[in-house]
Amino acid sequence: MLTPVTDEDGAPFWEYAAQGELRVQSCADCGELRFPPRPCCPHCQSFASEWRLMSGRGRIWSYVFPHPPLLPDYAAQAPYNAVIVELAEDPRIRLVGNVVATPDAALDSVDPARLRIGAGVRVAFTEVDGTTVPRWRLERG
Amino acid sequence: MLKDATAIVGIGQTAFAKQLPETEKTLACRAILAALDDAGIAPSEVDGFASYTMEETDEVEVAKAIGAGDVTFFSKVGYGGGGSCATVGHLAAAIATGQASVGVAWRSRKRGSGPRPWKNTAVQLPTPGQWTRPFGLLRPADEIGMLARRYMHEYGATRDHLFNVALACRNRANQNPAAIMYERPLTREMYMTSRWISDPLCLFDNCLETDGALACVIVGAERARDCRQKPVYVHSAAQGLPSQHHGMVNYWNDDPLSGPAWTAARHLWKQADFGPQDVDVAQIYDAFTPLVPLSLEGYGFCGRGEGGAFTEGGALEIGGRLPLNTGGGGLSEAYVHGFNLINEGVKQLRGTSTAQVPDAATCLVTAGEGVPTSAVLLRS
Repeated sequence: MLTPVTDEDGAPFWEYAAQGELRVQSCADCGELRFPPRPCCPHCQSFASEWRLMSGRGRIWSYVFPHPPLLPDYAAQAPYNAVIVELAEDPRIRLVGNVVATPDAALDSVDPARLRIGAGVRVAFTEVDGTTVPRWRLERG
Repeated sequence: MLKDATAIVGIGQTAFAKQLPETEKTLACRAILAALDDAGIAPSEVDGFASYTMEETDEVEVAKAIGAGDVTFFSKVGYGGGGSCATVGHLAAAIATGQASVGVAWRSRKRGSGPRPWKNTAVQLPTPGQWTRPFGLLRPADEIGMLARRYMHEYGATRDHLFNVALACRNRANQNPAAIMYERPLTREMYMTSRWISDPLCLFDNCLETDGALACVIVGAERARDCRQKPVYVHSAAQGLPSQHHGMVNYWNDDPLSGPAWTAARHLWKQADFGPQDVDVAQIYDAFTPLVPLSLEGYGFCGRGEGGAFTEGGALEIGGRLPLNTGGGGLSEAYVHGFNLINEGVKQLRGTSTAQVPDAATCLVTAGEGVPTSAVLLRS
């Protein structure tokens, strides 16, 4: 599997994920959430930022089911789902992820027919090749 | 002013095929020399070059190979397929402001026989790949499929609408002997039963992986009148990078369905003497079918959310409201990162297309939607 290659701006996201926390960068001055992480606030240009703990709840904004040809580790699980989740705190903060039956289940562990735009999801974390990544479970499991 | 100050006076291309034996550099030189010959201009007169990123041949090598003279302007536009039309815009600006007198833009690709970028894990992992690639959002088809699903959900667009786009392109390719899909008709049944690439996108929603090269030659309007071919004037040009945009995965601004096309369009029309209702034929970047309804809305051919319905009733066919991609486009002629759309626009305004729109006098050409983009309005 591909593991994230982080940069200085993005590293805290993955460090918090390793502790089982979903945190999103926010401006320490005006309070606006922003994603992906970056050095300064696009709203007020402040360089002061903090990482705010999210509730871990969100809704599916869109989804696809990739089919091969794909990289080998992904082809082995295809067709799987990839989703975009908009967070409950701010629907403009959208995270790409996967809906799974249990945190460490395969990417194709949920029946595709159960996915729909607007469905409620809740974050869970699992370790993939030494990196903790967020996954999503349907609220109506 | 840029308006009609310059014209495209030469176009050239190689064969298009799944695999060609020659190198990208050789193909580039062949296309450029063909375009110069078409214009009746000697290679030694070329003093301006423009290309766009993911081009493996650079102006130093090309200038040396074709025998260009002193070069006084060169530029390379970012964001791959979003840069195609900007090459024409950059050369037009350079020539209109006296920085060069004979400009060449080109694209040479071996996507049919070469590696696909998403297969190279070393390239795809650095940011912003950290937010998408680990979750199996690997290829452009997956990334655009996300927008397509949301678009269909929000506005009721259907797979039949996407089929209309694929069919119009295929029908035009069936008229174009140079197209990869010449004499290979498409039916609705073939489309609906084809394999998925990234559900909701099927095989026929995706462009062709092609080897080939194209080029065009631009000069000032005065000189253009003395060239071999009827001048095709660069009426307006624009680039588009919207606020908070994020490349091919434009999921993080307020409104991901109003992409770079909207930004480019506002500037394009502001400079023009005519509007969308006056466009006789359009060449709209079609790496994936959903880019067409999104672009139809962005460039003002219909209202927000109406792009799917716009494709109904043969609107995109010859004789329809807006004949589209009349050489076959990226979906059915060749995928050469959109440059074939530029040359096809020139053919239409010369009156020499294999699917000629009668008396076509205005043409919109666009570059890749979903990435920072560009567009030009051409007129005869």
